[in-house]
Formats: sequence, structure tokens, C-alpha cells
Amino acid sequence: MTSAVWNKLSGFAPFRAFSSAIGIVAGGFLILLLLVAFFAPWITPFDVAAQNLANANAAPGWPHIMGTDEFGRDVFSRVLYGARTSLSVSATAIAISVSVGMLLGAAAGYFGGLFERAVMTVVDLTWSFPDILIALIFVAIIGPGLTSTTFAIAIAYLAQFTRLTRAQIVRLKSETFVEATINLGATPAHVVLRHLLPNALAPVIVVGMLAVGDGIVLEATLGFFGLGAQPPTPSWGAMMSSGTAQLFISPWVIIYPGVAVAATVIAVNLFGDELVRALDIRDRVRS
Amino acid sequence: MILKYSIQRLLMIIPVSLAISVVIFLIVHLLPGDPIDNLIRVGSSPEDRIALTAKYGLDQSLFEQYFLWISQIMTGDFGQAIVLRRPVADLIAQNLPYSLQLGGLAFLFSSIVGLILGIVAWASQKTWGEQFVKGFILLGSTVPGFWLALLMILFFAVNLGWFPVSGARDWTALVLPVLTIGFGGIALVARVTRVALLEVGREDFITLLHAKGLSRPTILFRHLIPHALLPVVTILALRIGWILGGAVTVEFVFGRPGLGSLLIRALGQRDYPVVQGSLLMLALAVMIGTLIGDIAQAAMDPRIREATK
Repeated sequence: MTSAVWNKLSGFAPFRAFSSAIGIVAGGFLILLLLVAFFAPWITPFDVAAQNLANANAAPGWPHIMGTDEFGRDVFSRVLYGARTSLSVSATAIAISVSVGMLLGAAAGYFGGLFERAVMTVVDLTWSFPDILIALIFVAIIGPGLTSTTFAIAIAYLAQFTRLTRAQIVRLKSETFVEATINLGATPAHVVLRHLLPNALAPVIVVGMLAVGDGIVLEATLGFFGLGAQPPTPSWGAMMSSGTAQLFISPWVIIYPGVAVAATVIAVNLFGDELVRALDIRDRVRS
Repeated sequence: MILKYSIQRLLMIIPVSLAISVVIFLIVHLLPGDPIDNLIRVGSSPEDRIALTAKYGLDQSLFEQYFLWISQIMTGDFGQAIVLRRPVADLIAQNLPYSLQLGGLAFLFSSIVGLILGIVAWASQKTWGEQFVKGFILLGSTVPGFWLALLMILFFAVNLGWFPVSGARDWTALVLPVLTIGFGGIALVARVTRVALLEVGREDFITLLHAKGLSRPTILFRHLIPHALLPVVTILALRIGWILGGAVTVEFVFGRPGLGSLLIRALGQRDYPVVQGSLLMLALAVMIGTLIGDIAQAAMDPRIREATK
């Protein structure tokens, strides 16, 4: 019975990422993190915004297992809630980036010519520019906050997905089945949407998943500059930003959110590698 | 032949930098807010404001402003900083050495250690050595730079008192920033080196060399590494721009001057000429890095030279 279930699940390729110890640990951590992010408002042991100045900068202990910050707020609760902010911002940003990047890359790869050259020149330029600078400039244009952080991250990674999609499309375009479809009289929209993009999807999604990790780091960095989540919304970067002033008094305010960022990004990378292996697309995720 | 290719690539920089200057100019003028707000004294009249705006040419059309700016740059004049009230060229000249110092050292450090680690990982396949390097690569490419910088300050500067917490007074103040940037850089170089070695190692000619009975060190140093260096050099050249501009978080945490810090401060103050000038410098650095990478690749790989002829 169980083996029948297993066979069915392992027939679904992405699930095979769970077939190694690393895949189980990293994937399990990510699932747990998603649950925490989703249920954060109901599971934090303390109110994330409740101040208690009498108990400010308390060292980790009981009941505050990760200590309290300069306003006496519970760091553990805020780290849990921060998962919600970080994951939603980064995932939304990458979703935008992937969608726009796929359209741009597909159009560039399919139509070629001057359009392709124009798109790729801009893409190559932004690609070789540090992503933190691109994000900082765009936040400066739109103003600080979570919405502009989301768009800044989306723009910072747009080049990556445009390049990747274009590379896939160019490779697919010369395949016989695509040529056959074109010769049968299919419209460009039909060819791109029904044949090219679905076949280019797997590597783009996996790279997108890996980019969610990079997006979390970028979100934390913008938050650290005071440009991301505004108080009192807990975000891992913003917590570390306000913690810097108390670095020597209460280092735990900085250490734990940083551990959360690092652990999440490591888990994303490990699981991403397992996905690449499970889907057998190692040659295709590089652009 | 390589000379001709280099000159061709060098000439390409002119149209590309003109295009970039337009983009930078437009971005800067998209910034909301007005540098005059930071300049004007409380209680001054609207006429004062108009006079100040005219003084910095902000009342002219975008088109005129752009041509004024670009024609001045041709003569080495980056304009006058509005809030800092000094020539932008001076500000850049003052901050650039700090960026070059930090970037250069971090670049050298991460290239050398990264290459060694990549080779170690390749040479110790399926042992703990490879696992160690892989773990290091994972950590180095995921841990946020600013957090690492804070931990370094906490441990090496506060607890052990070995290095200063911030500033740029002498060489001791360079150690922690170089280590912080180097950590990520080493991971990148080690990863690219390891993958390149693995890929070249699978080629037929390497199998042939093994079959001929050459020793492993000879194959590694005479045949594998020269071939595997190609992608490593490309990545390293791309990093030149990254290291100058991407150091901004590290400069911020350690309170160091530099191009990144200059840009951040100018962005906050809406100091258009400074933002334009420092962005243009960073873009130039990125382009020069890419250029060096392309030329190095062409010098090392005849296939690329042939393809672009």
C-alpha cells in the first residue's frame, strides 16, 4: 500500500527531490517555514508589537528564549513573524520577475532581430551591475516600504530570468517539433505560449526558487538600510537595522534574525540543488 | 589579431557609455524630491528658490541639462555637488582610493584563496576535503554580507579587540572589511573553479593523458587548470564592478568612505550631480571589468577570437 503511494508520488518528478537526506531536511525546513509564515499571527508566543520597556534588552532565557529588543519586544515572536514578511516579499517579487522575464525573454528569443538586441543589451548591463545597487536606486525612486522593496527585488532579478528564458527559447526554436508546428500554420502566440514556454518552464521555475533565497537576502539588506518594512512590522532585515545601535548591549537582536535568513537561504539552495538533480536539468539552469 | 579584437571591443565602450549616461541621467531625474529642498534656508522667499534652481541649471529642459552635463564630463568636469557644495570630481577622487583599496585587496584575497579551495575540492573528490569546501561555498554564497560584518565586529573588534570597529585610519581597519567581502568572493571563485575543473576533467583529452600515463599533478597543473581558468577569469572580471559597487553594505557597516557610501549619501540628499557622477564611475568600472574579461577570454581561447572576427 505504502509502496503504491510512493510509486505514484515518485512518478511526479519534483517529489523525487525528497528522496535524499538533504532533500528531506531542507525541504522539511522550508515546509515548516511556510507554515510558520502562514500562521504567524496565531502562533507567536508574544504580541510582536507589544512593548515592555521594563524588560528591554533582556538576554535570552525564559520566557523570552531569544531575548528581547530595545523596546522589550520578544525577539523569538518577531523572528517567527519576520518569516511572513520576508517570504511574502521575496516570493511576490520573484513571481513578478519570473513572469515579466519570461515574456521578455520569450519575445526576444522568438522574434530575434533588433528587438532581441535592444532587450539583451539592457539585460546584460543590469545583469553585470550589483543587484544591491539596482535595488537601492529603485527604492530611492519609489520611496521606502515593502511595496517598493518588492518591486526593487523584482527589477534586480529581471535580467536573470530574461537571459535564462531567452536561452531556452533559442535552443527550443530549432527543435523539429517547433518547426513542424510553425509549418502547420500556427500563430506565433500559439507557438510561444503552447509549445516554447511550457518546455522552458522547469529550469526557470527552479532558478526562480533559488532566486527566492537571494531575494530574502536582498530584502533583509534593504530592511537593514531602513528602506524595507517600516516599524513596527517585523522583518528580519529591519530587526537587524534597529538592533545595530544596541549591537554591544543586546547582540541577540542581530544574531537570531541573521541565523533565520542564513538558514532559510541555505535550505532554499540545498533543496534547489536536489530539485535540479530530480528534474535532471543541470545543463539547462545555466544561461 | 588579439590587438585588433581589443581595439574593436575598446571602441564599443564609447556608444555603450553614451547609452548608459542617458539611462543614468533619466533615472536620476526620476528621483522624487528636489535637491534645493536640502539647500534652502527656512523662511527664504520663492525668488531665492528660483535663483538657486537657475544657478544649478535645474530650470532648463531635461534635454538641455543632459547635453550640458555630458559635454562637461568630456572635459573632466562632473559638475558641482549641490548639497556638499564641492566639485563632484573632487568627491569621487577622494572616495575612489578607499574603494580601490578595499576592492583590490578583497579581489586578490578571494581570487587566490578561492582558486586554491576550488583545486583542493577537485583534488579531494569524495573525501571530507570536498565536503568541507562545498560547505564553505554554501555558507559563503548565502550568508548576508552585512550580517557577517556585524558578527565580525562583535567577535574580532569587541570581544577580542584585535581590530577597530569602524573607520579607515590605517591598515588594521581594512582587515575585517576585506575578510567580509572576501568570504563571499572566495565562495564564488571556489565554486566556479571546482565546476570548471570537473567539466574539463570529463573531456576526452584528459582521459587520453591519463591513458598515456602522465602523473596526476602534471595533468592537473599543465592541462586541467589552464583550461578550467577560462570561466574563472570571466567571473573574476565581472566581479571588478561588483566589488567596487557591491561593497556598499560593507562600507556602510564599517563606516568606511568609498564610492558606495558616497552614492548612498547622495541618494538620500537627492544630490543629482553626485548620484550621476558616482553611478557613471561604477558603470564604467563594470564595463572595464567586462572588457578585461572578454579580452582575456579571447587571448586564452582561439575559438572566441575566430567567432568574433
